[in-house]
Amino acid sequence: MINITLLWTDIMVWLLLFAIILWGYIVSRSSRAKEQWRAIFKSPIALTSAIILLFYFSFALIDSIHFRVKNQHRVVSLLDMAFEHRIKNRERTYSAPFALKEYSKDIAVINGETKQIYRDLKYVHSGNMVIDSIKAISIGLIVSLFLIYIHIRYRKRRGRESEIPWITGYITLTILIVLFSWLYIMSFSYHVLGTDKVGGDVLYETLKSIRTGVLIGVLTTLVMLPISIALGVSAGFFRGWIDDIIQYIYTTLNSIPSVLLISATVLIVQVILDNHPDWFQSTLERSDLRLLFLVVILGVTSWTGLCRLLRAETLKISQIDFVKASKAFGVSNFNIIRKHIIPNLMHIILISVVLDFSGLVLAEAVLSYVGVGVDPTMYSWGNMINQARLEMAREPMVWWSLFSAFIFMSVLVLSANLFSDRIQLVLDPRNKI
Amino acid sequence: MLLYIIKRVLYAIPILIGVNLITFILFFMVNSPDDMARSQLGAKQVTPQMIEAWKEKKGYNKPLFLNDKAKGISKITDTLFVKESLKLFSFDFGYSDNNRDIKEDIKDRMYPSLAIALPTFIIGLVTNISLALLIILFRGTILDTTMMIIAVIIMSISGLFYIIAGQVLFSKMWHLVPISGYENGFGAIKFVILPIIIGVFSGIGSSVRWYRSIFLEEINKDYIRTARAKGLSEISILFKHLLPNGMLPILTGVVVIIPTLFMGSLIMESFFGIPGLGSYTIDAIKAQDFAIVKAMVFLGSFLYIIGLILTDISYTIFDPRVKLG
Repeated sequence: MINITLLWTDIMVWLLLFAIILWGYIVSRSSRAKEQWRAIFKSPIALTSAIILLFYFSFALIDSIHFRVKNQHRVVSLLDMAFEHRIKNRERTYSAPFALKEYSKDIAVINGETKQIYRDLKYVHSGNMVIDSIKAISIGLIVSLFLIYIHIRYRKRRGRESEIPWITGYITLTILIVLFSWLYIMSFSYHVLGTDKVGGDVLYETLKSIRTGVLIGVLTTLVMLPISIALGVSAGFFRGWIDDIIQYIYTTLNSIPSVLLISATVLIVQVILDNHPDWFQSTLERSDLRLLFLVVILGVTSWTGLCRLLRAETLKISQIDFVKASKAFGVSNFNIIRKHIIPNLMHIILISVVLDFSGLVLAEAVLSYVGVGVDPTMYSWGNMINQARLEMAREPMVWWSLFSAFIFMSVLVLSANLFSDRIQLVLDPRNKI
Repeated sequence: MLLYIIKRVLYAIPILIGVNLITFILFFMVNSPDDMARSQLGAKQVTPQMIEAWKEKKGYNKPLFLNDKAKGISKITDTLFVKESLKLFSFDFGYSDNNRDIKEDIKDRMYPSLAIALPTFIIGLVTNISLALLIILFRGTILDTTMMIIAVIIMSISGLFYIIAGQVLFSKMWHLVPISGYENGFGAIKFVILPIIIGVFSGIGSSVRWYRSIFLEEINKDYIRTARAKGLSEISILFKHLLPNGMLPILTGVVVIIPTLFMGSLIMESFFGIPGLGSYTIDAIKAQDFAIVKAMVFLGSFLYIIGLILTDISYTIFDPRVKLG
């Protein structure tokens, strides 16, 4: 028997998704915002990167539905269930991608003779790779063609010519789905990306790391935004001593080197967690709690940049006549901020959210290396790179963990960067396109 | 000018007190000395006497802000905040967990840090500005687009990959330089050259993009058009007119980094086994040595504030239009 469990970060992810949907609904009612988004997706690069980002996010979402297995102290996610065959069947140690034997020689006794041999892997079936591949690719093609068909039908019904380069989008989607279905189906008979030191499947680890990376990128913003908006707007709007205090706070926070501030805070949270073992039931919940703390810490330490931008812009906007007029009419401060200030800050907020995302994904790796990132038991690209450091020193080199983390992480960061470039180009009023 | 600098320095004091307060809240209030003692002593059965003894030894057995037992001024001075936090102002960092003088350690480790950070900074600045100028010269062409795409790609790859890949290629496969280590004097060159190359390379992406946008903004201005109308060649426009004007935002932007170069690069030093301040900090974080982390936080913010003041001064030096008052 299984029942749904919500971890803390799950709750935040779904809240965030809800907020994004709500925001999307608001955007869809404003024709100007719709126009802007159309302009963003007019670029094939932006559309491609958006689809890749969406693909990553859906993995994070699938991995954010957790179930508690009855009679076992275990919490599994939907993604874990899909990869059950690779979690249960661990090999003994390293093996290369698609290998049938272990990577290093081992001593074995055969017919009374002691020999050094490459042992067979336990959980691979050397089937016909070509037939399997064809099967996998055709399944992927069918799924993606089906999705594309639905979307074309939907567009037909809307009946409007769109300038968005959908063909590029379809090609990206097809490539992604076919690639993933190939990886997934091959994972039943091989370790597609090899195995790590304790025999765990690297493909599964990399896919699990997506959630960690994406969550750190998006949830931190969720923590950061309210602080920087509230403080930035009130500093710029009220001025005087409020402005002085807020400026003092962010100059002070800013002057502490961020890695040090983050590590100091994480160290302390670690001590607190060590002293309160009653807060969590399983290791997963412990690492989840630590992820939550990390996200909160990153948010609390990184709001200063956006706050400063918002303060400057609010200062500028509140000098414009329409705000002065509202003041003269006796509109309350709260309403002026809500109706006039915040809508005019939206582009800055959006640009900085997308820009920060890629920086945070990269920061996770560095923090994990320093030892103040996510829990060492948690799957993350930072932890994988950290381990890879020792693996690269081995002879012969174990390259596949690093390679997988590198590919998956760089694609995510690259598409986030390209997407943010486009958003900046379209939304920043200083750029005329 | 002098008055302005004095004013800025005075303004720095409340900020440093604020930094101290934050570290104090983090290290002594959120994480009380009792908790520290428990995790330091490690053992499962920690008696209250052991905790008291540990606090006594460290001098942590005082009240946080207000000492009721003391009399007069020492009501405020004989507290943890003054004894443990404000004393950092005199650069008295105390002793680390293994009883070494932190101040001496910092002095020793400063030079290896600088040996990497300073060349990386200078070579990086020159490389990035030259690349940005090259891109500006070929703006709008296929070279511009390709270089910008490469810049985004360089930017999107985690610095850790460059370090690992560099170590594998240059040290492990081609045996050009030792993998890690350090020695004093000129022997250091073979140890620092790879970190410098990697540091410069991984910084290219974001800096070149930034400098390019600065130069692009300048190149559409009237004085450039005038220079072109005079019949100057594109090259001399770039170097005589664009570069000095474009350097202004670049220099004032990078001045703030200069003092923090002392802090070293955390990751680089730890990967290459260089005994600088960066690896010092990382080791302290890994060993949970709060005294060192506290000292480095203070030192870091101190240097950052010096950087801010230098930035303001550099404005007046490079840009005569700016008057400070």
